[in-house]
Parts: sequence; structure tokens; C-alpha cells
Amino acid sequence: MIELKNITYIVQERGQDKVVLDNVSCVFDDKCVTAITGHNGSGKSTLTKIIMGMITPTSGRVSIDGVDVTDMTIDERARMGVNYAFQQPITFRGITVKDLIDIATGENNSVPKACDYLSKVGICAKEYIDRDFDKTLSGGEQKRIELALSLAKKGKYFIFDEPEAGIDLWSFDRLNSLFDRQKSYIVVSHQEKLLNHADKILVMKDGKISDYGDGKKIMKSIKGFACAKIGGKDGAR
Amino acid sequence: MALDNISKRLLKEIADLHEIPNGAVSFRKNGKGEIMRSTSNIEIKKKADKPGIDIYVRSSCQNEACHIPVVVSENGLFDMVYNDFYIEEGANVTIVAGCGVHSTDDAGHDGIHSFHVGKNAVVNYVENHIAIGDGGHKMLNPTTKIDIDEGGSMTMNTTQISGVDYSNRVTVANLKKDAVLTVNEKIMTSRFNVAKTDFKVTLSGESSKCKITSRSVARDESEQVFKSNIVGKAECFGHVECDGILLDRAKIDSQPKVSARHSEAFLSHEASIGKIANDQLVKLMSLGLTKKQAEEKIIEGFLK
Repeated sequence: MIELKNITYIVQERGQDKVVLDNVSCVFDDKCVTAITGHNGSGKSTLTKIIMGMITPTSGRVSIDGVDVTDMTIDERARMGVNYAFQQPITFRGITVKDLIDIATGENNSVPKACDYLSKVGICAKEYIDRDFDKTLSGGEQKRIELALSLAKKGKYFIFDEPEAGIDLWSFDRLNSLFDRQKSYIVVSHQEKLLNHADKILVMKDGKISDYGDGKKIMKSIKGFACAKIGGKDGAR
Repeated sequence: MALDNISKRLLKEIADLHEIPNGAVSFRKNGKGEIMRSTSNIEIKKKADKPGIDIYVRSSCQNEACHIPVVVSENGLFDMVYNDFYIEEGANVTIVAGCGVHSTDDAGHDGIHSFHVGKNAVVNYVENHIAIGDGGHKMLNPTTKIDIDEGGSMTMNTTQISGVDYSNRVTVANLKKDAVLTVNEKIMTSRFNVAKTDFKVTLSGESSKCKITSRSVARDESEQVFKSNIVGKAECFGHVECDGILLDRAKIDSQPKVSARHSEAFLSHEASIGKIANDQLVKLMSLGLTKKQAEEKIIEGFLK
């Protein structure tokens, strides 16, 4: 279980305080898919980056399985089983796809084993395994490999920041099948198709949780999915 | 010939050799030619007037290698050597050079290599430099002069791995019609090392091409200066890119220059210097590496 308690995050913008997250508290349950949705700039990605330790909150605490991790580094949280797939995959010079799979799994994988991870996200593994994970790969290729890395890294919690962005429809259909409910998934998304698959939905608005609860119920309340309609407070803690 | 442990270690570092290899070899140690072996396609001769060797690569040489490593392990020795390479028309050869210095006092090596690459010949030149051992000031100053005749090509992979206190590497090249020069340079400096690089490539012939890629990492208090000038005197293509990663309090100067002396010359350059991108560190840390491990991995990839 991941718990956020009274998380506030304030940044300086043109000399003024800007509140990105305003006293946010919530719990992400185990073995379910929780989608985070809301307007652009509502604080969705910031929330997930605070869970991973990429952003330090101005105030508030983060705990994972009852352990306060607020002061822990990214890698310490990663070793506790938290995984993160970026919205915009980070590319490297001279680091191959297999290098990254080896880092993610913590072992030197055989080529067939490394290929298995890539096949799960629907790409022809042999063509990619020795390629540098750099900008010569298309955005869609980068995105799918990013997802494969996250899945290759064993763990308990998987955070995907807009996993559908930049991938084709075929891969998108496959995406939902990756969420097996044996682990916990936190997925930032705007896509109705993906939100329909979520067990729980958390709606962000202006740095606060405006709605949080059963996925189907919340989808009904935001039927047709227009962010402008999001505004209730049910389920927020 | 049995090698001592220091020579073995240096040969491993500069040429990935465990022993003196078969084929054409010139092994120079502490200012003296220890081994010199020619083959039917590659003839190696000791110079009569100055230290060094002349290497003649015959047209019949196809995909053969020639190793010419240098080891300096004597304190206080500054070895200077002149090596001339004559690559005949149509030959295809790999030349593995490089120098390893092991000393506890001042020591160094200046190698002046001149390549005469014949028509349609192909040369793959690998040059690695390393210095090990505590104490002393270790200096390496390689100079490479290259003339490539029509249709010839040369790839130069030059690496300064670590431990060299001062280096000044100078490369001067002239390319005739359809000649191609590709240079890949990798440099790592640390402590108070100073590494200077200066390329001057003249594209004299029509459709000649040159690409220079330099990747460097500067740590601690080290300093690097990269200079290059590609001069286009014909319809030609030249590109230089130099990227440096800065760590600690190191300094890098980068001065890529292109000079067009012909209306059909197409020349370009790119240069970037900066610390390791934070998002790259964050990504690798999110896969479980510590910050230090992530830095090392990024540097390893960058210099690969």
C-alpha cells in the first residue's frame, strides 16, 4: 500500500509561489489498477514523481508498505519494488536496450530472456535488443521499450505516466492486458479506454483530489470523458 | 619472447593483447625495438637515420592486421619515435598502435606517425593511450599526418583511456578526390590531467569526405581543449561533432571550426559541453542503480 499524507508542493514561478499540489492525502491499494486523471497541469504527474522520489514535496509524508520513504532516494524506493515508466522516455548514448533490461532485472540476461520482455509489449525483440536506446528509435518504439523495462524490473508497484501517449492502437489494446492485478498499478491517463479498465480512479483538479473511488462509478459521473466535468469530492481523503 | 607483467598489462589495455600476436608486429619497449616481424604483405623496416620504423603495406594485403604497440616503463624516459606507413593502392589493413606508460617518475612518449594511403586503399587505424603507476608526470604527444590518395579511406579510432597527465594530440590530414577520413576520438581525464587535441583536415579533392566525432569526459580538476578545422577546397563534405561531459571542477574548451574555400564545400559542426543530464540519472536510478553507478553507466555508454 502506498500512502500520501498531506502532500503539498510549491514552486516559484516568476517570483511568486505556485501551489502544484495542495495538501493531498490518499491511499493506493495493492493488487489493483488505479488511474489518475484530470486536466493538464492539475498535478497528476507531480503526484507520481513524489511517490518515486523524483520530486521532494514541500511538506507531507510518503509511505510504502508502512515505511516512511519521504527522505529516501529514487534508487532506494526502486529497490523497495517501485517502478516508473516515464511519459517521455529518457534516451541515452551508447546504452543498448539489452543494457537497460540487464540494469532493470539486476542480472546479465540471455538474449532470448531479454527478448521475452520486449515481446510482451509487442515489438520484434531481435531487431531492438542490441540497438542503442537513443533518439534513432521512434517515439512509439521508445515508449514500448520504456514499458518493457518497467515490467522487466521485478517489483510490487508500477507507475505509468501516460503509457498510451505515442503508441499505436494495436499496442494500446495490448496495454490493458499487462495489468494483471497480481501487482499494483498507478496509471496517469486521459484515455477513456484505459480509464474504463481501472479498478479505481483518482481525479485531480488544481492540485487537489476532486474525486477518488470505484472506477466504474467515477466513469459514469464523467461519462463521455470531458475533464471540465470533473469536480466532485466523493472518495477524496 | 616472454613478456614481463607490466608489459602484459599495458598491452592488454592498449591493444587488448595477452601476448605478442602473430602476423606483422613491431613491439617497442623503453626506446628500443624488442620485436620486429614482417609478413609477405606487410614489411616493417627499422629507420636508419632516426628512431622508428617504415611500414610498407602491399596491394596484396587484404584484411590483415599489423600491431605496433609501444611500452614505456622506465622512469625518466621520454621516448620519441617516427613511424611512416606506406599503404599501396587497393590494400586493406588494420593497424593497431598505442602507447602505455608505467612509471613512478616522469616519463613519456612522442609518436609521429605519417600515413601515405594509396588509391582506393582502406586503413583502419586504432590508437589507444594509457598511463598507470603513481607518481611522476606522464606525457604522451601523438602526431598523426595523413595523406589519402584518390578513393582511399581511413578510419582512425583514437582513445586516451586514463592516467595521462599531459597530452597534445595533433592530427593533420589532406584528402584527394573521393577520399574519406573518419575520426572517432574518446578521451577521459581526471585529477589534474591536461589533454589537448588539434585536428586540421584539408579536403582538397572533389567529393572528399571527413567526419570527426569527439567524445570526452573530464573529471576532478582536469582540463581539455578540443580544436578542429576542416578546410573545404573543393566540392566536399565535412562534419565535426564534439561532445563533452563535465564532472566536478573540470574544464573543457571546444573550438570546432570549418573553413570553406570553395562554393560547393558543405561543412558543418556541432559542439556540446555539459554535466550528465539529470533525467538520465533519474531514469537509471529508477531502475535501481545508485547515483554513482548511474553516472558510471552513462559515462561508459558515452565513451563506448
